[in-house]
Amino acid sequence: MTDQPTLITGRAFWRGFRRNRIAVAGLAMLLIALAAAVFAPAVAPYDPYAPVAITVESIYQRPGPAHWLGTDDAGKDVLSNFIFGARVSLTVGIFASFISVVIGGLIGISAGYFGGRLERWLMRFTDFMLVIPDLPLIVVIVAITRPSLTNIILVIGLLGWTTTARLVRSQTLSIKERKFVLRARSIGAGHLHILRRHIFPLVLPLLVVNSVLIISLAILNESTLSFLGLSDPTRISWGQMLNYAFERGAMSSRAWWVLVTPGFGIVWLVLGFTLLGHGLEQVLNPRTEWHHLTDHPRMVSLPAPLNPQP
Amino acid sequence: MTALPSQPNGRNSKLVEVRNLVKYFPVRGGVLQQVVAHVQAVDDVSFEIIEGETLGLVGESGCGKTTVGRTMLRLEEPTSGQVLFSGVDTLSLKGDDLKRLRREMQIVFQDPFASLDPRLPIGESIAEGLIIHGAGNARERYAQVIEALGRVGLEVYHANRYPHEFSGGQRQRIGIARALVMSPRFIVLDEPVSALDVSIQAEVLNILKELQDSMGLTYLFVAHNLAVVEHISDRVAVMYLGKIVEVAGRADLFHNPLHPYTQALMSAIPMPDPTLKRDRVILKGDVPSPLNPPSGCRFHPRCPIAEERCSVEEPLLRELKPGHTVACHFADQFVMS
Repeated sequence: MTDQPTLITGRAFWRGFRRNRIAVAGLAMLLIALAAAVFAPAVAPYDPYAPVAITVESIYQRPGPAHWLGTDDAGKDVLSNFIFGARVSLTVGIFASFISVVIGGLIGISAGYFGGRLERWLMRFTDFMLVIPDLPLIVVIVAITRPSLTNIILVIGLLGWTTTARLVRSQTLSIKERKFVLRARSIGAGHLHILRRHIFPLVLPLLVVNSVLIISLAILNESTLSFLGLSDPTRISWGQMLNYAFERGAMSSRAWWVLVTPGFGIVWLVLGFTLLGHGLEQVLNPRTEWHHLTDHPRMVSLPAPLNPQP
Repeated sequence: MTALPSQPNGRNSKLVEVRNLVKYFPVRGGVLQQVVAHVQAVDDVSFEIIEGETLGLVGESGCGKTTVGRTMLRLEEPTSGQVLFSGVDTLSLKGDDLKRLRREMQIVFQDPFASLDPRLPIGESIAEGLIIHGAGNARERYAQVIEALGRVGLEVYHANRYPHEFSGGQRQRIGIARALVMSPRFIVLDEPVSALDVSIQAEVLNILKELQDSMGLTYLFVAHNLAVVEHISDRVAVMYLGKIVEVAGRADLFHNPLHPYTQALMSAIPMPDPTLKRDRVILKGDVPSPLNPPSGCRFHPRCPIAEERCSVEEPLLRELKPGHTVACHFADQFVMS
């Protein structure tokens, strides 16, 4: 009868989530990264911001007992840099995605719900933003403004909302036509009431999934900027580590550990958020395709209690 | 045969009066999305509903009967016309006055699955209207919700359950409870039972009848199922392609339909007795498009008794018997005394 995502209670959500290997794997990866970032000063063996007396021996040291992942061109511990670098990636990813989802959500819901001229203008603006290649624009803006952490977050966040806006708009369009919205109007409900009580709760799962997926994009964008040299010079980030390694002869020194480590970090976070996002999508919208890595619904399942009572 | 429609409470005051209601939906096309045509969903419809009665509104899909119901509640803005509720022109109301009117006029939708928000426990759904209108505090609202649930035969503990935990019939009763909780005077029932099984249809219809008797409600019952309409209505209006073609008391209409279209509809009602034979009136062709309705009488291309005049001159509603009006040039021949 209805072809829309229906009710997901908290309990059912957790049951579905635990069974979804993709989502659990993603969450586990992210929890490890998050713990490392939060407790970086305790976990990291050295303080990456402390000055080091450089000798010829201390640069590009191979991994060994003193430095598990070796040292970089400045004689600093790569493992410590790596752990502190997670902070920047996570901060930028989460805050930029938050900005994108708030903007995209607002534009999508208002365009979908109110329609008419407002929708036409908002969607043309969205299309316009959508066709501008993100990266060159980000590079230009960050280069003009000072490349501080805040600026980077703002620029990435303010340019990454377009897909969210389009998705949210189409979802809003379909919810708006459902009978319970008409019904709410018939008893005299105002726009605010309908948006808050009927539209937003049904758009929310989409926003959650989308924000998780956008985090990976933001992390990639941040790393790209840093790699291109547009990083906050006062903070260590993975892209910056890669940038320094490239510019300062890590390749010719065969110091593979300086290149592989930050690359691994970026892949780890992006993969973690992507897995979590796709897992959440499957849990929140049961009609999405099953991935080959997850549990397939069995036609004949193990004996389970009929009608499980809460 | 009753000359006048039955009036349960013996009163004869008009609660709702619809005058010359017109609703055209613009059809846009081309590169510039200009209006290229109009769907004439409702074209000059007038009728009245007496307080305490049920007016059945029947017709095929797409004849505009649902649009009439929705326009009366201002869910669609009419192109022109008037809707009077207790003598007040509802189409001129704005803001708080309109909000107050919405308490008194309620609607129950056809699809009980889609008309409940899947995320809200049904107690919340029922209380929604009270919250919007700021009626009472939480405790008073709860009491009203429980009372409304009781009236439609549901239990107190159902208030905390979600729509997907109910059957179709129960959901439709929830839809009725949502309307009742507002203490309305008038309810538009928009095909309230057509999505339900026959056995459950009877259950819901009986609840509606009981509620009408105990609360003095007035109904506009929109349906395409004539058996259902015969069961619940006091008077019946028949629509064809956006026009009302016949209005009469229930008994009068079912025993002596005067419009050829109504006669065809009647002959299509299945009879539970296979030994009875009935002269079927089979209509030619399909319902014409409301984008471009036929000239004159809109029914003339399919009418078995149509003549030259029908394609030129549009028949007006005439009262051929007391309380029985029909829009047909040649209906006099069918009048039985």
